[in-house]
Amino acid sequence: MAADTGETPADGFGRISRTKDVAFRLLALAATLVGIVSLAALLLNVAVDAVGWLDWQFLTNPPHPNPYEAGFLPALVGSIAIMLMIALVTFPLGVGAAVYLEEYADDGYLTRFIQLNIANLAGVPSVVYGLLGLGLFVGLFNIGYGTVLAAAFTIALLILPIVIISAQEAIRAVPDSQRQASYGMGATKWQTIRNVVLPRAMPGIMTGTILALGRAIGETAPLIMIAAPTTVFGLPNSFFSKVSAMPLQIYNWASYPQTEFQYGVVAAGVVTLLVVLLTINSIAIIIRNRYQQRT
Amino acid sequence: MTNEQMTSSETEPTDDQPAPTPGTDGLTDTADSGGETTTDRTLLEARDLNVYYGEEQALSDVDIEIPEKQVTAVIGPSGCGKSTFLRCINRMNDLVDSARVEGELRFDGKNVYDDDVDPVALRRKIGMVFQSPNPFPKSIRDNVAYGLKVQGKDDGDVDAKVRTALERAALLEEVEDQLDASGLDLSGGQQQRLCIARAIAPDPDVILMDEPASALDPVATSKIEDLIEDLAEEYTVVIVTHNMQQAARISDKTAVFLTGGELVEFDDTDKIFENPEHERVEDYITGKFG
Amino acid sequence: MSQPDFSHDGIRTARGTAFRYLFMLCALLSILTTVAIILTLLLDAIDFFAQIPLVDFLTGTRWSPTNEPIAFGVLPLISGTLVITIGSAMVALPIGLLTAIYLSEYASDRQRAYLKPALEVLAGVPTVVYGYFALVYVTPAIDTILPVDLSTFNALSASIMVGIMIIPMVSSISEDAMSAVPDSLRQASYGLGATKFTVSTSVVVPAALSGIFSSFILALSRAIGETMIVAIAAGQTPRMIDLTDPAGMFLDSIQPMTSAMVQIGTGDIVGQGPAYKSLFAVGLTLFVITFVMNLISELVASRYREVYR
Repeated sequence: MAADTGETPADGFGRISRTKDVAFRLLALAATLVGIVSLAALLLNVAVDAVGWLDWQFLTNPPHPNPYEAGFLPALVGSIAIMLMIALVTFPLGVGAAVYLEEYADDGYLTRFIQLNIANLAGVPSVVYGLLGLGLFVGLFNIGYGTVLAAAFTIALLILPIVIISAQEAIRAVPDSQRQASYGMGATKWQTIRNVVLPRAMPGIMTGTILALGRAIGETAPLIMIAAPTTVFGLPNSFFSKVSAMPLQIYNWASYPQTEFQYGVVAAGVVTLLVVLLTINSIAIIIRNRYQQRT
Repeated sequence: MTNEQMTSSETEPTDDQPAPTPGTDGLTDTADSGGETTTDRTLLEARDLNVYYGEEQALSDVDIEIPEKQVTAVIGPSGCGKSTFLRCINRMNDLVDSARVEGELRFDGKNVYDDDVDPVALRRKIGMVFQSPNPFPKSIRDNVAYGLKVQGKDDGDVDAKVRTALERAALLEEVEDQLDASGLDLSGGQQQRLCIARAIAPDPDVILMDEPASALDPVATSKIEDLIEDLAEEYTVVIVTHNMQQAARISDKTAVFLTGGELVEFDDTDKIFENPEHERVEDYITGKFG
Repeated sequence: MSQPDFSHDGIRTARGTAFRYLFMLCALLSILTTVAIILTLLLDAIDFFAQIPLVDFLTGTRWSPTNEPIAFGVLPLISGTLVITIGSAMVALPIGLLTAIYLSEYASDRQRAYLKPALEVLAGVPTVVYGYFALVYVTPAIDTILPVDLSTFNALSASIMVGIMIIPMVSSISEDAMSAVPDSLRQASYGLGATKFTVSTSVVVPAALSGIFSSFILALSRAIGETMIVAIAAGQTPRMIDLTDPAGMFLDSIQPMTSAMVQIGTGDIVGQGPAYKSLFAVGLTLFVITFVMNLISELVASRYREVYR
């Protein structure tokens, strides 16, 4: 505005076209949103379809060939039973491995090998873990086709790398000064880990483990491989009960040709599964947020 | 404590600083730049320039007239706003969200903060060399050609332009056989000269240098210093440095910023270093300050 | 008597050592898992190859484990996997890369705080749900919108769903790589009068290339191993594909490796027959492919981490 000197070129220093700039920005924004919007549309569809089908009767009945009587209870209970078992197995093993890698292991060849191996295990297809479960737990250990234990052990191995990696991050985030303070008071390594490192890292470890359990509850392919029955009518009553799970039941129903199943019962099952998943993830986020507020 | 006393005693004389400066015609200033005729035409001019980062004031009421085709050094203790001033000239401060600029900064008479100024177009007339060498992870050739490509000046013989720029940056001899090697493979001093070549390849009017030798060893530093003096034959060079000897060696004019982003004194370099007007500047130059 | 006692406390030392080895065991379990996977797959696969020659398996162009004439050529299944991989790559790679650029270069902190968790949700939805979506929503929608003859089970919907699922994998790893590009390079580019578009495409993306490459490989590996989406929506028609005929590739039913495994797994095949054992042969093939890809991705990624450390 205040430009006044005579020799100034009228147009300042020229203009560089921003057409490409603006177009690219919009393209990138559109790309960022396209997946989110698609998923939102699909979720909206399934929620609308589930209306009228997702009711108390659906949640408390066993499956039935008649869509109006079909229920989800055995699958729901089966999923939760498997998940609790998985938590019992993965939590100590995952934390133990993470403690070793972060607190004990040197930066040697073996450690790097273990680390690379864990990263690689996290990328092995879940269906391959299913074959491992089939060969190891069903075959070698003879736990039985499709039992609660076989299902839990198989999926536990699948999510273990994720639990280890997130627990390592939580342990790494504990400031070194805390360890030094503990050592300075004459504490041993184990005392330091138990009294200083683990308490401080625990919320992070919990968050990571619970998020991994969310992943576990959606797993289907490993269950198919260990021959978990797609449809179970009773509730599991022992570790060796044959068990179905929500995703497995959904998979089974999705192949039914009737519209009542495809756009009704399955939709109700999907919404139930997603609500359980959302609950699990919310718990993880609540733990994380509470922890963040304290520090 | 001491700062406060100084500031209070120094607020008004700043205004008359530019006044004694003009040495009538082009002849008085040329002691350092090798005798060729320099005009004292003002190319860059700040008027009441204030910069804030959020609540914090980084420059306060800066008035300065920087002459064309000379080396102007900007010195001062760390945090005095000298880098901020440099980044005002080519509007690099636009990239900092919290930065706010008030007042005028004229380039060739045109206020670069006018609404009709495109900062991208502005930066094409003003090259910049940064504190640490920052070559792109590309070949030496592509590093120098980058600016040409960006500015659409890559028609014709790019290779010739690249070589000219490297030549002018006194680097050609050392890298002639390895133009396709990565710029990151060069030594620190060579990397910085590569960055200078990159800045001058598109032939800007002004070159801004933000402590260009601070990350380099003495030998590399002296090469850069020689280079800067040569560059002033064709370009207007504004260099920020915390090294006073360097400013004394290579610059024609020196601006001294002290705490609070205040330009305390601006004059011929000889004058600043031999007989500064202000006691604060003398204290700073002689090391009593900061 | 006056000398203080600095000697070791035997019990405490023993306990410390015990815990050390206990934790080490947990860490070694991961190696044990890998060994177990390889042994499980290998032992049964060897049984399988005792009945079906390896060459027939690797070069056969017909897959029919239960229906006469029985054939165990894996190539049709690999073709099926290839179709899904190509299709999902066409969705996820460009979208994921653009997303990473947007998040790293354009988005404000506020936008990022919303967009990143929202994108992570894409990877968190159970794949069985995606498979169901592909079958009952996406396929009918495409059939209505596009003037194409789409089969009920087809590679197109499955590819799109797999693609959407792996977007966050591409975008988050690529964004990490872009964020690791030093700001000084962006400044250098702006200083030369570059626009944001030029800075993003000619400085940031090239400098982050190895990270981007690593994200691509990892995402493709995930697409290759993806099971439920293809098992539900892509069909069970093992067939060789013709790369010059995209319509034939995508509009009809196919069968990737994972889907074939599910088919055998849900069937009533048990015992020691080659049909059951073929599960492990296909599984081994899948494991080797994804393992090699994950390894490459990891090695490439560790290289870019070193460059800017």
